Amino acid sequence: MAKRNQHDPTSGEENPQTQSAADSARNGITRRGFLKGAGLTAAGTALLDGVHAFSSETAGNRKGVTELGPGPVPVRLHVNGAEHVVQIEPRTTLAEALRIHLGMTGTKIICDRGVCSGCTVWLDKMPVNSCMTLAVDAVGHQVTTIEGIAGEGELHPLQAAFVRHDAMQCGFCTPGMVMSCAALLERNASPSEQDVRQAVSGNLCRCGTYPKVFAATLDVAGSTRNA
Amino acid sequence: MNRFVLADCTSVDAALSQLHDGAVVKAGGVDLLDRMKDGIEEPPKLVNIRNIAELRGIHETDHGLTIGPLATLAEISEHPAIRSQYQILSDACGHAATPHIRNMATVGGNLLQRIQCWYYRSADFQCLRKGKDFCFAFGGLNQYHAIMDYGSCPAVAPSSAAVALLGLNSSVELTSAKRGKRTVGIRELYVVPDANPTKFTVIEPDELLTAIVVPRPTPGTRSAYQKYGEKESFDWAIADAGVVLEMDGNVCRRAVITMGAASPVVRRSAQAEAALAGQPITEETARAAGRASVEGALPLSMNAYKVDLFPVAVYRTILLAAGQRDRDPSAAG
Repeated sequence: MAKRNQHDPTSGEENPQTQSAADSARNGITRRGFLKGAGLTAAGTALLDGVHAFSSETAGNRKGVTELGPGPVPVRLHVNGAEHVVQIEPRTTLAEALRIHLGMTGTKIICDRGVCSGCTVWLDKMPVNSCMTLAVDAVGHQVTTIEGIAGEGELHPLQAAFVRHDAMQCGFCTPGMVMSCAALLERNASPSEQDVRQAVSGNLCRCGTYPKVFAATLDVAGSTRNA
Repeated sequence: MNRFVLADCTSVDAALSQLHDGAVVKAGGVDLLDRMKDGIEEPPKLVNIRNIAELRGIHETDHGLTIGPLATLAEISEHPAIRSQYQILSDACGHAATPHIRNMATVGGNLLQRIQCWYYRSADFQCLRKGKDFCFAFGGLNQYHAIMDYGSCPAVAPSSAAVALLGLNSSVELTSAKRGKRTVGIRELYVVPDANPTKFTVIEPDELLTAIVVPRPTPGTRSAYQKYGEKESFDWAIADAGVVLEMDGNVCRRAVITMGAASPVVRRSAQAEAALAGQPITEETARAAGRASVEGALPLSMNAYKVDLFPVAVYRTILLAAGQRDRDPSAAG
């Protein structure tokens, strides 16, 4: 491979992608790592760590008002059962906080307008669009992402069913699809196909994998029913 | 999205104290963040009312319902009393946007969301509703725009909840620190563009929508809402209808027919209502009411199809309300 690349005019120093791969091999810098580092800036004032912090005597609290920002403020988020403190501006969306500040890039930002649901996460087990949720509004709530639904070393039964049914093509909508369908199974262990259709009615898949998404979800529902 | 100060409030009084110098209210934030991401608004401060407990909840009273503006569309659509006695409202809230958005979006925010006209929503177009003197839709792309009552701006009313709440003769409570509370009917909540193109509602900058009051329908009332879009999974309405029928056996004593996507402000159709009053609900009377709903329509260059679609939406929704027809599988949401 390496030898062939040396003779390929699109490879080596002239190819930005190869360039960055070569860089990272040399000094450990990756594009994602660089962006993550850029997000970690100076510390701010009081730590925002729970809904009750809003009404307590934190810095800036005055008669039931807590002013945050516009600069970065420390915020405590509960994601996938673990606590994380991130330094973010109030305008940071939950999707940005997850991807850029916590490195959890399984959650996808596609439309960034709440139209495609590729960014679906659970807020206290309820599927929401993390692109249209400010990260500070997740304080005091349990956030679950695609990284958090699987057990230790094994796939969530729905992820396994997606693999079995080949319920993805390009895969970009898949994390959102899985989060929507898994949320449905959390509240209804034996949904009908209509229920599944309804649950993913906000998830856009331009490859058209919907029938296999339905089949995979109903497969898990069936095995739950038979269990 | 611009940088801003977030004033997180835990009481109505605290929020009211923050409403000055260009501060705007944020509840679910869905429409506000959308406008900010599109660069058409850059507020210096967001007053976060999302954590104000007194603005939550759906309360049954002696006279009907009092709904906190922070009730989500999902909470309203799943509420047992609303599903059984205020079906038009559970229909409208349960078919707005996507399931995910319905988990986040509040009914107050749904009522107060801005128009979806693509010229208004684009930072590249400085239109009448942004304080300039030109509407791009009349001579441009207007397939989703109004067919009635449009005056100087044909952007349509975006709120499904408003179509239902107008049908139920609801009102909103507005609260200001200086002037106290006032009550405004749903229709009166909205400002028509000819009266003031940049003022979308009568809510003043220092006012907060603090409650939605829905009178209890008289016994025997049946109601429904349906909307039609370009796709069935979820979509903005291109035609929609709210129907409330006060029935005496199979005879309709009084009907309220409301429409959203026909005009800049949610409207009642007196003509459609007259076509049903005192009549039995049948295929024929429902179709007649549907036809009457578009009397006087003046379509734009690209939306004459709406003059055919609205009668279908009204007719099918009347039969749905009357229990003579199932929900239309081709309706959106």
